[in-house]
Order: sequence, then structure tokens, then C-alpha cells
Amino acid sequence: MQELLGILGSFVLFLGTLFLLLGGLGLFRMPDTFTRIQAGTKATTLGTLLTLVGAALIMPAWAIKLFLILVFVMFTNPLSSQYLARAAHRAGIKFRAHTDHLAEDGEDLA
Amino acid sequence: MSETGVPTRLFAVLLLLWLLLNATLSLESLVVGVVVAGIVAFFLSASLSYLSGYRFTPASLAATLGFLGYFLVELVKSNLAMATIVLQPRLPIDPAIVRIRTGLKNPTARLLLANAITLTPGTLSVELKGEWFYIHWVVATTNDIEETTRTIAAGFERYLEVMYG
Amino acid sequence: MVDLFLVLSGITVALAFGLALYRFVAGPLAVDRVVAFDTLTIISVTGIVLVALAANRIVYLDVALVYALLSFLGVIVAARYLEGGE
Repeated sequence: MQELLGILGSFVLFLGTLFLLLGGLGLFRMPDTFTRIQAGTKATTLGTLLTLVGAALIMPAWAIKLFLILVFVMFTNPLSSQYLARAAHRAGIKFRAHTDHLAEDGEDLA
Repeated sequence: MSETGVPTRLFAVLLLLWLLLNATLSLESLVVGVVVAGIVAFFLSASLSYLSGYRFTPASLAATLGFLGYFLVELVKSNLAMATIVLQPRLPIDPAIVRIRTGLKNPTARLLLANAITLTPGTLSVELKGEWFYIHWVVATTNDIEETTRTIAAGFERYLEVMYG
Repeated sequence: MVDLFLVLSGITVALAFGLALYRFVAGPLAVDRVVAFDTLTIISVTGIVLVALAANRIVYLDVALVYALLSFLGVIVAARYLEGGE
């Protein structure tokens, strides 16, 4: 039984690393900062989710600690991306967009 | 939103986290955990009020499960969409920053909505200002506020409104 | 079977790390570098979990957790600085 779970887990883990690779590729190929953030954050979040679930299937005794890492990453990864996106926009970097409502409304910020 | 239960709730969450991290129930770790969690909960409950506002009702718990399920499906969809973009040689993107309107007031609910938007197909929260969220959209199809709100946020808001009222 | 997949995973993680590292080196903007750094640390967390599995030692998971925590703070601080805030 554990044998089977281990094989399933290692497969899920491998699938997760493929998503990490996708994130790396997105970071490599995308043309501007915002699209890079998008590609990076989505793929790495799902990638980390899958690798940690896979590791938990291989080592069920580690499940609690892996779950804590998972919860932490699921909260902080999108948060740091948003924070970076906001910083980039406030710093006034150039980027591709056919509409920018945020610039139209002005950045009078709290 | 009663403010009286906040330190107690914070204490419970901190202690639980501590015990999970230690993965033991030995007397020393229990004593240290109770003391530290007590001090933190006593002094920081005002600034760490993110645990307040969640409604502990059956409907709310059901909404939480619904939120998680919907979120996971959207996360997978978003990755497949991103994969089809990144793997194509000519990168079919058409980005824009659009605004959407949300009725959510609770800070935790707004954080969860912003995070969820970031992880769902082609969207990234850039700025939160009052009722307006500014969203970077990789393949922007429309500029209409009503329609973008419906496409991007409505699915999550439905659950968050039940969870945080 | 498990070992084979772990080795394949290790190679994939290394490739992903390489691609993100390119963005870290090439920039061109400081923000791009910080974005790349953020991605690099997330990839490293998976790398550390792989090492923990290979070495069969749970203590490395604590390393991964603290690493994720510190890198998050680092990215937030860097973003604040780039924003020109105080």
C-alpha cells in the first residue's frame, strides 16, 4: 500500500516540478514585468502545491509539516507578487497594455 | 464582529501552530507555547486582528469548502491557460489594467479575494483602493466594469460574502 | 520507480532554477530581478524538500519553512524600497 502511495506521490511531485519549469519558462519568455509576475506566480504556486502533496504521499509522517509549508506558501506567494506589481506600477515602469485604468484614476494613495 | 473574543482566538491559533510545528506534546514545549502565545495574544491582538470577522456557522464552513474547491479548480485552469500562452512561439497576449468593484469590507476577505484573483486565469491584483481593485489582465477582452467584475471576482465574492458577512 | 521520479524531479527543478536565474541576471529592471528572486526562492523550497526526501531527514523541512518565511520578508522589503517609500 505504502509502495503504491510512494509511486503515486513521486509522480505527483514530478508533475509539480514540471509546473515550476513552466513558471521558469514564463519568467524567461514574457515581454514585460507584469506578465512575468503573472507567469511566475501562478505556475510556481501550483507547482509547490503539487510537490508538497507528492512529498506527503511519499512520507505520510511528514504530512503536518508539509501542510504548514503549503499554507504559508499559498498565502505569501500571491501576496509578494501583488506587492511587487504594485511597487512596479508606482515606480512607473514601462509595460505593454492597451488600457490602464489605474494610471487614469491617478495614484493618490493611502 | 465582536472584538472581545480576538485575543482568545489568536491565542488558540498561535498555540495550535506552535504545537504543529513542534509535532510533540511534551511538557516543556507545551509550557513554552502557552506562555509565548499568551504574551503575543495579549500585546498584539489589536494589530493582528486578521482572525476576527470570520463567522463560525455551518453555512460559513460550507462556503469555505466551496471557496477552496472553486479556487483549486480555477488554479489548475489558470495554469493550463498560462501553459498554452507560454508554450506558443508567438505569445498571444493582450494585456491591460482594468478596475473592478467589490462590496467586501472585511480586510481578511479582501486579502483572500486579491490572492484568489492573482492565482486565477490571467489576472493579477495590482492595487486595492477602497471598493476598487485594479487588475492586470494578460488577455483583456473587455473594459466594461460590470463585465470584468462578473468575470474576475463574482465567483469568489459569492463565497466570501457568506464567510465574512 | 520512486527514485527515478525523484531524479527526474531534481533535473526539472534545476532547469526551472536556471531559467529563473537567467531573468535574475538579465533584468533588465530591478523589479524584474526581484520577481526572479521571488521565483527562485519558491523553486528552492521545492529543492530543499527534494533534498529532505533524498536524505530522509525531516529537519530539512524546518529549513524550507524558515527559508520561505525569510525570503517573503526579503521580497517585501525590496518591493518597499523599489517603490520609493520610506
